[in-house]
Amino acid sequence: MPKKYDTPLLDELEKGPFPSFVTEIKKAAARSDMAADELGQLEKSYRDKRGYWKHGGIVGVRGYGSGVIGRYSSLPDQFPNVANFHTVRINSTSGFFYTSQFLNEMCDIWDKYGSGLTNLHGSTGDLVLLGTDTANLEAIFAEFSSRGWDLGGSGSAMRTPSCCVGPARCEWSCIDTLDINYAITQEWQDEMHRPAFPYKFKFKTAGCAVDCIASIARADCSIIGTWKGNIAVDQAEVANYAKKGMNITEEIVNMCPSKCMSYDGKELKITDADCIRCMHCIAKMTKALKPTGEKGASILVGSKAPFVIGATLSWVIVPFIKMEPPYDEFKDLIRKMWEFWDEYGKNRERIGELIIRKGMREFLEFIGVEPQPQQVKEPRRDPFFFWTEADLQK
Amino acid sequence: MSAPQRKTDIGPPHYKQFLPPVMQKNYGDWKHHEIINPGVMVHVGNSGDKIWTVRMQSPRLLSTDTIRDIAALAEKYCGGHVRFTTRNNVEFLVSDEKNIEPLQKELKDKKQMVGGIGPMISNVVHTQGWVHCHSAASDASGLVKVIMDEFADYCTTKTLPNKVRMAVACCVNMCGAVHCSDIAVVAIHRKVPTIDHDKVKNMCEVPSTIAACPTGAISPEPSKKSVKINADKCMYCGNCFTVCPPIEIHDPEMDGVAIVVGGKVGNLRSNPKFSKLAIPFIKNNPPRWPEVTAAMKNILDAYIAGAKKHERVGEWIERIGWEKFFKITNLPFTFQHIDDFTIARETFRTAATFKW
Repeated sequence: MPKKYDTPLLDELEKGPFPSFVTEIKKAAARSDMAADELGQLEKSYRDKRGYWKHGGIVGVRGYGSGVIGRYSSLPDQFPNVANFHTVRINSTSGFFYTSQFLNEMCDIWDKYGSGLTNLHGSTGDLVLLGTDTANLEAIFAEFSSRGWDLGGSGSAMRTPSCCVGPARCEWSCIDTLDINYAITQEWQDEMHRPAFPYKFKFKTAGCAVDCIASIARADCSIIGTWKGNIAVDQAEVANYAKKGMNITEEIVNMCPSKCMSYDGKELKITDADCIRCMHCIAKMTKALKPTGEKGASILVGSKAPFVIGATLSWVIVPFIKMEPPYDEFKDLIRKMWEFWDEYGKNRERIGELIIRKGMREFLEFIGVEPQPQQVKEPRRDPFFFWTEADLQK
Repeated sequence: MSAPQRKTDIGPPHYKQFLPPVMQKNYGDWKHHEIINPGVMVHVGNSGDKIWTVRMQSPRLLSTDTIRDIAALAEKYCGGHVRFTTRNNVEFLVSDEKNIEPLQKELKDKKQMVGGIGPMISNVVHTQGWVHCHSAASDASGLVKVIMDEFADYCTTKTLPNKVRMAVACCVNMCGAVHCSDIAVVAIHRKVPTIDHDKVKNMCEVPSTIAACPTGAISPEPSKKSVKINADKCMYCGNCFTVCPPIEIHDPEMDGVAIVVGGKVGNLRSNPKFSKLAIPFIKNNPPRWPEVTAAMKNILDAYIAGAKKHERVGEWIERIGWEKFFKITNLPFTFQHIDDFTIARETFRTAATFKW
């Protein structure tokens, strides 16, 4: 029987309507020594108001530099069963779809070799197995990979890409997000499993500008579905929305950022040439409005959390690209970006930080993308611009 | 028993095999969807086929026991098909309409929280915290728990002007989506770290430690084969600790959380926005952080009272002005609110137009 700890502080977090993570740890702690010590150490953290984990060291499975994150208790004498308590990242499926059969198999393996605790999912989108000893890592990898599953990314590598639910269940998706996500994952297994980049690189694919996967905020490369044609209007459905109480003038027309719509109480009109495709009207009147025409994606680059220069949102690099298998144009573009990063990037420098340091022009020229007004909010305000010899010949 | 034969670089299985048959059949051919209630929506294909989604909130940190329960429910009502959302919710994918009611009832009987679809508060994106992270300045799971307890009604029954996306990050690394959330919590340090020079010598790479500092506060200390920190430049981010653990940043009495507001990732109506600082510091008060939930409730109540339908928190604040936001929320405006980092001058007001 695992050791039982008194947890008066954590017990307070079993009260209330939201499901309790403490209850989850306790369930695992009833049968796992590791989970029991995790619970004991966490109670101490709540008492002392500080964490007791150490990071670093190289742990992993043979042939991979990625997929396992070393974690160690800084109080191994008090909590010996979490002295080593490493994270294993399993590459999730596109769209986070599973079957009960897989979930049960995953639980069997994890109960045998780990703490019985998981994150579904980690922030980047991995299926996270939370806490095991170094000695179990090879067996865990063999169990999963023999069943067709692989490890995700960690460290200075391509990280596990993720995508929105896309065409599997959404009428708005302009691209096949799940297939793109799968293709990226399969194309760059080596880049994911053997860290060789200056720092991490994340892909996120969103089917439209609603961006349910937060690609514009959380991916070095954000792929966002969009279209070039008109919005088809079903006036009968517009009338239905009005009949059901929607104030179309207030809620749709007045909230349109490009002011490209009008409504006279009968007909909703859209000046498509002025539409910036923000998705507000389509999201609110999904039965009445549909994008039509050519579909593809905008490629944006550079978003990340605050370290080191402050948080960034991704910048439009390629305003429109067709995204159809085998995605060769897209893959070539990415390879050029990585070449630029490999050439000039410093250790622990994200690609967005490098673009700021080297300048957008150098980046665009290197990857072979022409300057376009869609790439900027506004042109420069200062008079300090460069002329190359080639510019002077033009 | 020996382990089975390992394989490398195979990637994850193809997603199509995990989709329910109706999703495979209508893949890329959906017509529209409707929210039936905060816990259930239906998507309708051009074929007329339907798939119902029942959304259950999850603490993200799940035991295998609970995952087995989820799998059993999926088997009973969904032909074994279930997915997770980017906000860590569980979505049961129901192909047969008559299974909706019994599934909802069983979830209710199990005291699961069902909801979050539409203009609601849905699960809080968060990080590892004291559960498993080396750099946590607060716990994340505990904060999420008390926040979702506080706002439970806005997940299950009460609607808001628009969805309110919340996040918790246990340090300024922000592994969660704090920098672009409607209302979010980020744990911070407030004291210059201390350096164990003997350990730095053996454990750290001096150049990468220096490069890790966003403000250039770290320089070499050759006599000790270590580094020194210029206290005037340090803003306590802890990035040095991450690359060099003997630089100790934790301080239980000084660590706590800040609250940021007004961010979003979607492009609807207005461009994606960063979250901005509303409250620079609230002390860590585990296990239930009552000061944090009260502060968030104050902001949420002001949003509910003031926002127009469909306005997100950031859109509401931009319409009324930040000066008005601080006034109606009664939040003190301090030196910490005025940016002095990399984009500071972009944030200073350059117009004579503002409210009293």
